[in-house]
Amino acid sequence: MRDAVLIIDLDNYTYEVEHRPDLFEKWLGGTGVAVQLMREHMNPKADPLSPENVIVFATGPFTPAYPLASKTVAMFKSPLTGNLGESHAGGRTATSIAAAGYGAIVIKGASKKPVYLVVENDKVHFRDGRVLWGIPDSLIVGRIIAENEPGRGTRTMMRIGGAGEKLVRYSCVTTETYRHFGRLGLGAVFGSKKLKALIVRGRKKYLPADAKKYREVYDEIYRMAIESDAMKKYHLLGTAANVIPLNELNALPTRNLKAARFEKAEEISGEALAEYNLGRRIACSHCPVACIHLAVLRLPYENEPYFFRTIMISYDYELIYSLGSMLGIGNRDDLLRLIHRVETYGLDAMSTGVCLAWATEALERGIIGEKDTLVKLAFGDVEGYLKAIDFIYEQPTDFYKHLAMGVSHAAEVYGGKEFALAFGGNEMPGYHTGYAAVLNYLTGMRHSHLDSAGYSLDQKAKELSPEETIDRLIEEESWRQILSSLVVCFFARGIYTPEVISKAFEPLGYSISPDELKKLGREIYREKARLKIDLGFNLDELSIPRRIFETPSLHGELSEDFVKKALEYYKKKLREML
Amino acid sequence: MKRLVVEDIEKCVGCGLCMFACSRKFAKRPEIGNSSSAILPVSLSGFERGATVIFCRACEEPPCAQVCPSGALKPKKGGGVVYVESLCLGCHYCVEACTLNAIFVREDGKIAVCIHCGYCADYCPHGVIAYKEVEA
Repeated sequence: MRDAVLIIDLDNYTYEVEHRPDLFEKWLGGTGVAVQLMREHMNPKADPLSPENVIVFATGPFTPAYPLASKTVAMFKSPLTGNLGESHAGGRTATSIAAAGYGAIVIKGASKKPVYLVVENDKVHFRDGRVLWGIPDSLIVGRIIAENEPGRGTRTMMRIGGAGEKLVRYSCVTTETYRHFGRLGLGAVFGSKKLKALIVRGRKKYLPADAKKYREVYDEIYRMAIESDAMKKYHLLGTAANVIPLNELNALPTRNLKAARFEKAEEISGEALAEYNLGRRIACSHCPVACIHLAVLRLPYENEPYFFRTIMISYDYELIYSLGSMLGIGNRDDLLRLIHRVETYGLDAMSTGVCLAWATEALERGIIGEKDTLVKLAFGDVEGYLKAIDFIYEQPTDFYKHLAMGVSHAAEVYGGKEFALAFGGNEMPGYHTGYAAVLNYLTGMRHSHLDSAGYSLDQKAKELSPEETIDRLIEEESWRQILSSLVVCFFARGIYTPEVISKAFEPLGYSISPDELKKLGREIYREKARLKIDLGFNLDELSIPRRIFETPSLHGELSEDFVKKALEYYKKKLREML
Repeated sequence: MKRLVVEDIEKCVGCGLCMFACSRKFAKRPEIGNSSSAILPVSLSGFERGATVIFCRACEEPPCAQVCPSGALKPKKGGGVVYVESLCLGCHYCVEACTLNAIFVREDGKIAVCIHCGYCADYCPHGVIAYKEVEA
């Protein structure tokens, strides 16, 4: 297995490579290895925006051996939650890190002046980033670096926009223009280290242990990816396919979750976007699916007729929820303009939408005034929101300084916690499906819907007890530790079953049975829970916004009692585990 | 004779499966990665603007073979080149000579050039490239 760890120290502009077969043989790669590297390199008490914070990028043993192993895990201490930060992205990052020869990259310290890093096989170049610093548009930053750096077609370019520089706690790192290490504020950690971008390129090769078997297993997985139904959903409308079903189930958070059904859902649905706006589809490296859906937005020049800006904008379900229904935006062009604005600054779309939804309601209720927001915010009014996104970046008032620190923080300062939709400090994803979703947000290691897929469990099973719900969530999250250690795309989870994974390991010269994989998943889960607790996580400090219990979900009105019981049980399970 | 051709460049999604397939083309010695790939899809500053798939177009008078000092690249009958790895010095004159930038440098400094075997075409999920009969 690829076992090289590149450790870059921005304090002294030095780097070294360590070979760690111990880590990769035991923990596979990705999440499994990242947890251990965090433990080794970071003081758990570190301030997330200080040089003491550490960023780990980890890839897995299936990259670049097999298709759909297209993801990279980023781990860091989150400046948004003050706890474990973990974010996954596709694009070309994973295959490029593998091509440069590394299983993982660790970035420590902080530069005195802005820099960007170029990792080129065995070398690291520390490039002067002063001229790039202050360019707020992450798309422009990408174009400038693309002109200067070789490696077209094989390099990855992770960079921040203005939001990361301004330490917006939910700023993201954008890779290959359309994919993101979106959640939990990796962009601000880059910003705090004065790191504008990280480019990786290389041309390394690996040899399978069993040549014949390797080609056979490859073909088997490839055929499943293109022929089976396991990934069909992502083949067609993409994740945006969820808009209409979730709306019909009464689970689409609308206008700051004052409702869970949006009367204009059809207009911003995956179907409507595909019919009227879809311009192209593109793929992450080594994935045949091409689930990245790009909409074409044609915006006329203000003062000259028959001139158009034609912009390609990547959309997914989460953005449609957070910048669409959550803000009462039911017009596709308006929605796309908001997505584009968020993309420009390098903000996390979900957190931004939830923050703006809370601010709108806070303004409605008079908790804050227009002197704070500088602009009238009203559900459905795109112009106000576009300005407000500019202000989250510019932070011209105390209010925006606070809003840039997340909705939990802003509600702490101004009030309105009961409708500030965050869990564990992370703004809510777009599924008001029921208990499993809420418990997933609360107990998931990243407070992300993808941790344990509670939204899916809610749709599959209706009559689970609090204990059964927790058991199922832990089981799912444990298994997902394996997927995110390989690192395969969660969308390919139907293909990468324990049996297929075990079989795919064989020609690579590594043996692990389906049962051992499941056991390892539980161990990684436990290791991650330990790390999370070391970083200060305390289940007793979790709070739940009242709004969750007020607005009926797919499971009707939710009872606080059920959630409390489930959390007690989770606490017990966690204690036993640790 | 059969050649690798671009059927419809506008259909390219940038997945790079052709590139990874090229590394696996030798049944006895498949490689993992891109070191030995002789095909490279690149974008026009982002795949949303379109793509170029770079590989040897099998010239009748290949400039790469003309500049090769060691006889490692020889013109092939009907177009293209034969690459004799053991003779390659790794001087990269051929890399400079190719107008298409279709000769790639491997990890070990030697080169990778398309031999028109067609293996990659079977892994293009969207019909961008094909392996088909063309007139010599």
